[in-house]
Amino acid sequence: MTLYPVIWFILIAILYAGFFVLDGFDMGVGMMLPFIGKNDKTRRMMVNAIGPNWDGNEVWLIVAGGATFAAFPNWYATLFSGFYLPFFLLLVALIFRGVAFEFRGKDESQKWRSFWDWAAFLGSLVAAFLFGVAFTNILRGVPIDESMQYVGGFFNLLNPFAIYGGIVFVAMFILIGAYFLVIRTADPVESAARKLANQIWLPVMLMILVYGACVWMFAGKGGDLGWFSMIFFIVSAVTVLIAGISTKRKRDGWAFTWMSLGILLFTFGIFAWLFPNVMISSIAAENNLTIWNSSSGVTTLQIMTAVAVVFVPIVLIYQSWSYWLLRKKVTGEKESLHY
Amino acid sequence: MSGTNLSQLQFAITTIYHFFFVPLTLGLAVIVAIMETLYVVKKEPVYKRMTKFWGTLFLINFAVGVVTGIVLEFQFGMNWSEYSRFVGDVFGAPLAMEGLTAFFLESVFLGLWIFGWERLSKGLHLAAIWLVAIGVNVSAFWILAANSFMQNPVGFERLGDKLVLTNFVSLITNPYLMNQFPHTVLSGFTTAGFFVLAISAAHLMKGKNDDIFHRSFKIGAVFALISVLGVVGIGDRQTKGLVTMQPMKLAAAEALWETTESAPLSLFAIIDEKNETNTFAIRIPYMLSFLATNDPNAKIRGLLELQADYEKEFGMADFIPNIQVTFWTFRIMVGLGFLMILMAMIATFLAFRKKPLEKKKILWIFVPLVGAPYLANTAGWLLTEMGRQPWVVYGQMFTLNAGTPMLNVRPGMVITTLVGFFLVYGILMAIDVFLLVKYSKKVPDESSILEGASQDQKAVTEVTK
Repeated sequence: MTLYPVIWFILIAILYAGFFVLDGFDMGVGMMLPFIGKNDKTRRMMVNAIGPNWDGNEVWLIVAGGATFAAFPNWYATLFSGFYLPFFLLLVALIFRGVAFEFRGKDESQKWRSFWDWAAFLGSLVAAFLFGVAFTNILRGVPIDESMQYVGGFFNLLNPFAIYGGIVFVAMFILIGAYFLVIRTADPVESAARKLANQIWLPVMLMILVYGACVWMFAGKGGDLGWFSMIFFIVSAVTVLIAGISTKRKRDGWAFTWMSLGILLFTFGIFAWLFPNVMISSIAAENNLTIWNSSSGVTTLQIMTAVAVVFVPIVLIYQSWSYWLLRKKVTGEKESLHY
Repeated sequence: MSGTNLSQLQFAITTIYHFFFVPLTLGLAVIVAIMETLYVVKKEPVYKRMTKFWGTLFLINFAVGVVTGIVLEFQFGMNWSEYSRFVGDVFGAPLAMEGLTAFFLESVFLGLWIFGWERLSKGLHLAAIWLVAIGVNVSAFWILAANSFMQNPVGFERLGDKLVLTNFVSLITNPYLMNQFPHTVLSGFTTAGFFVLAISAAHLMKGKNDDIFHRSFKIGAVFALISVLGVVGIGDRQTKGLVTMQPMKLAAAEALWETTESAPLSLFAIIDEKNETNTFAIRIPYMLSFLATNDPNAKIRGLLELQADYEKEFGMADFIPNIQVTFWTFRIMVGLGFLMILMAMIATFLAFRKKPLEKKKILWIFVPLVGAPYLANTAGWLLTEMGRQPWVVYGQMFTLNAGTPMLNVRPGMVITTLVGFFLVYGILMAIDVFLLVKYSKKVPDESSILEGASQDQKAVTEVTK
């Protein structure tokens, strides 16, 4: 037996976790546009705060998807075909959101801007919600037959637990988006974001705890790491608590850092519950997709590991460096607004 | 229509649409990088104006390429789950590596480039656009490595009901890829060359901003000429490669029914598929044999013999791709290729004469000509992919068996997404064209650039502090 499937399970967990942190705040900012952005100038500041980074952040999803395809073809095939319609909606949402960020500033007219504001808002909201729905369904278990085919239909995916999962994702992303705006923008956006963050951090923390409890009660039987998963959810809630306290003390950088950690741990909680499964069948445990029966061969995994060992650190370095170079707060000055 | 047919239609639409934006991205990134290099080296503000002008058009085009690309990655799993299971071990790795080695590079440094005019040193800013240009082309390498595996599978073994990678080096040195990669990338460069020629010509005809657009016209002309010569040259090698790798595609592209020695090249043919013959054809004797093998007397295998051979090897099935499509897309592509060589020569000649270019009437011809590379690109892909049918992976799996089973994704669901993508993409296209037209008319004036230059200086001192 080889350890490569375990390594790739962990790497994919990291990729999704990284995506939820980084693109999480992009989606959060998108969702806050109508609430914090009271006028065109403030909305423009918000979009420019994530402007240089959103695309690079979305690449985390593309790589996570590609890695799933390469390392666990059966997981990729069952998941993406099984969640056909939600993933179609997700794609449409991601399309509109991305184009909205890029095109919003390219015309002055009021109609044009408000069209893209709506596109960014709805795109971010629908995407965030659907990520929650998808991952919660993976945890809950879906009807998968003995030939690894999803046989559940569309409405099976819209159960209360999954919908709650969607709401939790939306809430977490709004909160991290608010923390991000606090450090990346100047007033009036900064103080509006701070105010919002102070209002919602406590509910978000409670929602994470309730989510953990729901996993314990309603999720399909995963592996043997259920208790470990619960620790992740609890510590995730604690980090949100620390983030909330940090903002109160004006330690804004720390608030964002703790919240990022919170989302990382939350995602690890999901993956820990699953391990060594990747999809749980609600029909029979023998039908579960595991890292063993859905993975690629050793040659592929070896080569991918080598490439990942070299490139993941390089990517992390230049991506963080790009954040550092563009760290200056976004103000209302016209010259600094490119979107 | 079955679910698989619908999925094929959806994949064709989403891929062709995506590939409407990608070629321009591949080439324009390099052109913008060249312009900025000239700015940094020569320090003349006109090159900064050029960089900003073409850079803006690049960004508008790039955005749609990015958001429509992710659809393709998802679709393999959504609509082609059996394909994904069968081939994921081999096919997934280049996709993952594309993300890791190319998408991150292009997106992160593009962000830096857009926001870095005021905040990065000139050298760093220039490095950013070159990294973008490298990133987009590296990405083309990986995706074409994956596609080449479907055309000419190498470096694998068949293990039960799936293909398993055995040799990664073979995968990325696939002889099919060695032609397809430069051919595709240079088609992208050609597209960008003609794009620059078209917009520059339109401006020059009006006689405004002739400095910036004469220089752009020059760059576009040289870039287009070198690239299109490369495209056609490599295209010739690709045809020769088909003789061994995909003889059926070659026979279909030539509508060659019977195995023929000293085979002629048909310039035009009326193809009668029912009776397996061509009722009329204009031919150049010996030409096909010569083009395909360098030997005018060589034997080229025909559709009927290949069909019989394949039946022996793989069992009963129709192994002949759609001949009308392959035959005509091939002619459209090649014809446009030669037309573009001619026009790129004319453009280069015009650009380097001592006489001024503005208000020259002949320039109008370059405006509609921008359609030529787009049409050729699309025809090329249709030929490549339709000519591969009925296989999804040549000799290994039929397209028919590659789709997601109907008990999971029903035809009605595919119709829903097909209509959905069609509408969304239609809206996007309208918006993109609107923006491209708007910003191709909007020339950055000198004063704003000078102002920008002083800001550059300020920002540099700020960062170095």
